Amino acid sequence: MDSEVDPRFGRAAYFVIIDTETMDFSVIENENVAAAGGAGISSAKVVIDSGAEAVLTGNCGPNAERTLSAAGLKLYTGATGTVAEAVELFKTGKLTEAAGPNVESHFGMDK
Amino acid sequence: MSNHTLVWTNDMLDGFVIAVASGKGGTGKTTIATNLAHYAAGLGKKVQYLDCDVEEPNGHIFLKPQIDHSQQVTVDIPQVDLEKCIGCGKCDEICQYSAIICIKENVLTFEQLCHSCGGCMRVCPADAIKQKPLNIGDIEFGKAGDIDFVHGKLRIGHVRTPSLIKKVKNHIKQNHLAIIDVPPGISCPVVEAVKGTDFVLLVTEPTPFGFNDLKLAVELLREMNLPFAVVINRYGIGNDEVEKYCKAENIDICLKLPDDRRIAEAYSSGRMIIDELPEYKKHFADLTKVIKVS
Repeated sequence: MDSEVDPRFGRAAYFVIIDTETMDFSVIENENVAAAGGAGISSAKVVIDSGAEAVLTGNCGPNAERTLSAAGLKLYTGATGTVAEAVELFKTGKLTEAAGPNVESHFGMDK
Repeated sequence: MSNHTLVWTNDMLDGFVIAVASGKGGTGKTTIATNLAHYAAGLGKKVQYLDCDVEEPNGHIFLKPQIDHSQQVTVDIPQVDLEKCIGCGKCDEICQYSAIICIKENVLTFEQLCHSCGGCMRVCPADAIKQKPLNIGDIEFGKAGDIDFVHGKLRIGHVRTPSLIKKVKNHIKQNHLAIIDVPPGISCPVVEAVKGTDFVLLVTEPTPFGFNDLKLAVELLREMNLPFAVVINRYGIGNDEVEKYCKAENIDICLKLPDDRRIAEAYSSGRMIIDELPEYKKHFADLTKVIKVS
């Protein structure tokens, strides 16, 4: 919870699945970090399968956004600071829901 | 380590396919390919030039062909009939590129990620996936003097470079000396462009950047078991690392084209070296003599 939020969604190292009521959490290591392509889509599937209802992230590209919204997940971009701080921003309504992708494809490729 | 010198007799020019490649971009592939084509055509040979650098073809700037026809190139991508789809997820499972995914009984396709393997259509138990064409580019055909000219042009925003290159190469003519202008680098488009050719000319420049990328290209060609030789362009700049390396690795250097401002000037106005600076004709004559697969 004290780790920094990755600015990239598809190639983030870990996903932290948090129950915002109890703040219980589990961690999923992201195998798509070094995927040749389609990392955003595969990562979105991981998050969808985890049962999450919303995603807090720094930035999210068009393919991941399309996948998440097809499954009805809400997407909040612009999350910064630690995971705990991002959840706090979300709970206090300070993160705004993204209407679409906020970055182009391959945004996270050079990091 | 076999020595890939090619002794190029006149009759070998017919039905021979030469790829002009490089690791580093901007070393002079097109300069060598177009001048070689022009030189060989001047010998009265049947020559075909195929620009497979389909993301940014530029051979036409120098050869100035009259384009007489063109064709569109399409690849097949999946189209899902959601009425028929049973949401089983088999298409999602088989696709290695996440180009088709099944999310809660909804199937999404990402056409730019599709590699047209057709796997999703085969595994669908409900016959819900049909193929539809995606236009990725065009091939144009024409004549540049006596040279048969073909080039591929990938559409902006499309990424199926190897698919288009493959289609361009389908037009290689028998009984011609075919010269293929290869894209720079050593990735999939390059593999597709050099695949099945008889000989590869690796154009480099004697700089640390040229040298580094030359080594990568050599590794690729050895892996593919293709005969090759090196052309050093802008010879005289940089250092002698390329030459030392070629000597140590028993790689032939079949042409050293000097660093000459007049060559750069001819290039920058779209003119051919051998027309502008006839003293360089002998360099290309030498080039046509050194190729021998052993």
